[in-house]
Amino acid sequence: MLLAIDTSTGTSVAVVDHDAGVIAEVGTSDTMRHAEVVGELIREALESAHVPPARLSGVAAGMGPGPFTGLRVGIAAAHAFALGIRKPFVPVVSHDAVAFTWYRDGGSGPMQVVTDARRREFAVSDYDGIDADGLPIRVHGPVLVPRDEVPERTGTRLDATLVSAGGIGMIAEYAFAGGRLPLTGDAPLYLRAPDVTPSAGKKVLR
Amino acid sequence: MNREAPLVLGIETSCDETGVGIVRGTELLANVIASSMDEHARYGGVVPEVAARAHLEALGPSIDAALAASGVSLDDLDAVAVTSGPGLAGALMVGVGAAKALALSIEKPIYAVNHLVGHVGADLLDADAPLETPTIALLVSGGHTSLLVVRDLVSDVELLGETIDDAAGEAFDKVARVLGLPYPGGPEIDRAAIGGDPRAIRFPRGLTQPKDQAAHRYDFSFSGLKTAVARWVEQREAAGEPVPIADVAASFREAVADVLVTKAIAACTDLGVPRLLLGGGVVANARLRELAQERADAAGVALRVPPLSLCTDNGAMIAALGAQLIMAGHAPSGLSFGADSTLPATEVQVA
Ligand SMILES: [Zn+2]
Repeated sequence: MLLAIDTSTGTSVAVVDHDAGVIAEVGTSDTMRHAEVVGELIREALESAHVPPARLSGVAAGMGPGPFTGLRVGIAAAHAFALGIRKPFVPVVSHDAVAFTWYRDGGSGPMQVVTDARRREFAVSDYDGIDADGLPIRVHGPVLVPRDEVPERTGTRLDATLVSAGGIGMIAEYAFAGGRLPLTGDAPLYLRAPDVTPSAGKKVLR
Repeated sequence: MNREAPLVLGIETSCDETGVGIVRGTELLANVIASSMDEHARYGGVVPEVAARAHLEALGPSIDAALAASGVSLDDLDAVAVTSGPGLAGALMVGVGAAKALALSIEKPIYAVNHLVGHVGADLLDADAPLETPTIALLVSGGHTSLLVVRDLVSDVELLGETIDDAAGEAFDKVARVLGLPYPGGPEIDRAAIGGDPRAIRFPRGLTQPKDQAAHRYDFSFSGLKTAVARWVEQREAAGEPVPIADVAASFREAVADVLVTKAIAACTDLGVPRLLLGGGVVANARLRELAQERADAAGVALRVPPLSLCTDNGAMIAALGAQLIMAGHAPSGLSFGADSTLPATEVQVA
């Protein structure tokens, strides 16, 4: 049983199990309040799943792509929770969860996941179905492209505004069962170098 | 929960130091600090996105290192404390997200606290002579320049003044750049000032004119000083004359220290508070400490300067403040506080 967190779009938290599926999933599409809501959502997910932290066997996190400030909140929370229960941290590409959910709900053939990357860019990943372990087959991406230059693919384009932590968690479960971990690296998928404008400092409070 | 001497882990990520500290009541058990300063060096100042990325990488290892250093386990903790603000929003959010999840994972309460008041709390950890109140506190770093009166650490903190433009630490960085010295500017200016005459050039002291006394008696301004140094150096260069780096560095440093100490001692005298506490990374500056000691002695004010590892941003001070809140019977924070980049000093704890 895993706790799963994704803050690459809004904030989504789930408790999942390989056999039982998504046991609880809570979230908000608010893209401005990740730090405020992440704690309450973790608490709610655990409570509605009736699962105490000690019964979890790991924590899965969506590693992006996504706007950095919010993305980091979920990853930091997932890291810390995993550290707190002394169980593994499992990084997952956030777009994979969107594709996973789409195929699970009956989609088939090639598809494309598109999310907002701000600054007039989209983050794009291309998929070609599901493999034997139940994992979506990512054939390209994630990459950043200008909004009017998303490469055209045959199949479905899915513009996602909320990445499901349930999907993140189930991918982690299937990958573990299939001996496929790690799926991706421990570093967030920033896909963009940091802005190098130094801080203007903190101004007077009154 | 143990309210006599609670065991608290504190997380601090408000600027470029990732700090994790562990205290038991007022006893310091661990103080682990990972700094991303080197990564900011090539930009000449703290880059918020670089700082936030570094916090995410450093936090887990720092928590483990603090636990190892203290010899306690997560199960032993009574609570988690975290900086809610003020500071860089994106940097604060990493600590807030991690602290909430950590507290939930070990099923312990969380205390969201004020970074500035944390700097004052650091002095509690001095085993020989712990913090006494009321005290004036002068907190100076690359991120803040604040003058507080602390009548009670957990319930009565008032902001007397703040910088209205640059923080003092930033002024050091910017003047270092003008003089062709690397980042961070504080230690570089200190080194360059060796043998220099602090009275060679009379640089302006911001907000110290009689006309400033009504509205800005305890406020600071360093951007005029920075500009004055730059202009002075330019004029020298334009005239084809050599720039006496040691004199410029010493005179600039003197102007900063003079303003900081003058205003802090004035606060002690005006408010009848016979104690002055220094905090923040700029306390590493030897001339500032020296001048503060001189003027405090002359004014009959007791000067307190915690060890440097507790003056720079650190998690132990956050843990110490959290422990004080617990010992004073305060309820934990809820789970819905955020990162507040402009959290006022009067808000010791965020509900
Ligand atoms: Zn500070």
